[in-house]
Amino acid sequence: MDIWSFGLTVALVGMGGTMLVLWCLSLIVLLLRKIFPYQPDQEAAKKG
Amino acid sequence: MESAIAAGLQGLLLGVTNLTLGHGLMILVGSLLLYLGISKGYEPLLLVPIGFGAVLVNIPLAGLMGEEGILRFFYENGILTEVFPVLIFLGIGAMTDFQPLLENPKIILLGAAGQFGIFLTLLLALAVGFDKLDAVAVAIIGACDGPTAIYVSSKFAPHLLGAVSVAAYSYMSLVPLLQPPIMRLLTTEKEKKIVMGTVRQPVSKKTKILFPIVVTVVASILAPIGTPLIGTVMLGNLMRESGVVERLKQASENEITNIVTLLLGLTIGATMEADKFLRTQTLMVLALGLIAIGLDTVMGVLFGKLMCLLTGGKVNPLIGAAGISAFPMAARVAQVEGQKYNKKNYLLMHAMSANAGGQIGSIIAAAVMLSVLKGMGIVG
Repeated sequence: MDIWSFGLTVALVGMGGTMLVLWCLSLIVLLLRKIFPYQPDQEAAKKG
Repeated sequence: MESAIAAGLQGLLLGVTNLTLGHGLMILVGSLLLYLGISKGYEPLLLVPIGFGAVLVNIPLAGLMGEEGILRFFYENGILTEVFPVLIFLGIGAMTDFQPLLENPKIILLGAAGQFGIFLTLLLALAVGFDKLDAVAVAIIGACDGPTAIYVSSKFAPHLLGAVSVAAYSYMSLVPLLQPPIMRLLTTEKEKKIVMGTVRQPVSKKTKILFPIVVTVVASILAPIGTPLIGTVMLGNLMRESGVVERLKQASENEITNIVTLLLGLTIGATMEADKFLRTQTLMVLALGLIAIGLDTVMGVLFGKLMCLLTGGKVNPLIGAAGISAFPMAARVAQVEGQKYNKKNYLLMHAMSANAGGQIGSIIAAAVMLSVLKGMGIVG
């Protein structure tokens, strides 16, 4: 594989892959927050 | 007797007679790093041991990086085995609070855009003649994350480790100088003044605990070769958030990190031997590293502008510049720049979210790049 095919492949797949993984993580965080919402009373009880 | 005294005196002069111009120059380079660390306060925890290591290794006949040299021992057993960077990641995880990111997860995408400089720099490095793996090592300076840069360069281009590490840590500390001109250039007066509302959305403890576990599983499955990076950061963070292993957390963020930082810095400095460091290639690495961080900022701000457009003007593009790993410096820069144009604008919390995204983003970008290289058969 010549260096330009290599460079462009790594750049495009790398940028797309990084964006995709972080997008998945943002969805997972949103999901976690939905499943385990913040409940002030319970959190205070844990701390107390 | 006289000849014995002469031989003895000659022995005392061996260091002087073997001192070359290269050694002298590298002792000056090491001293410059010490000056930057001590007097200017640029990343002193790393630049002081790196600078001193560079001085030590360029003392003629000292043999610190020779076959049985002590720094060679640390290099082979700490850096080539990846033990040092991985232990540093453990400490980083234990020190990092991902709360701003969990409060505002959409902003994590800025942490991806802030890594695009890595991939664009890869193309530049290939264009100026670096071979494939050397180009990867140079490009990773754009992660703006010292341990990631050390991990990747020690794996694929150990001969560039000194230059890559010095560039990564020096430029990280120069973020407050490097970013503002680019941010000003790429944003309009109107965009700079955009006020972003408050986003404080408290996050439950369960979410905080599950976050590092889920990130490890998902990101490692998507980019398996980056598991040592992701896994150790997230283990550190799990210890922090779980609250049940306080001693291990304390040890990770203090004792382990301190000891490893010292040995890591000293050993990186020891890779800066005159005959290996004083090359045109080193200057090119330093120049490309600077470009990489500039490109990160450009791409982050441009992505911020895109988010601004898509949200109908609710995102201030200045926070895009914070999508890099230099935490919390980059977030502070966004806050300071925003307030220059609108004194009532408080971008800090949003910028912190982007900055935390950049911390994860830099590790993910490195992991993705390594996985792509493995997939292409470039690395084993």
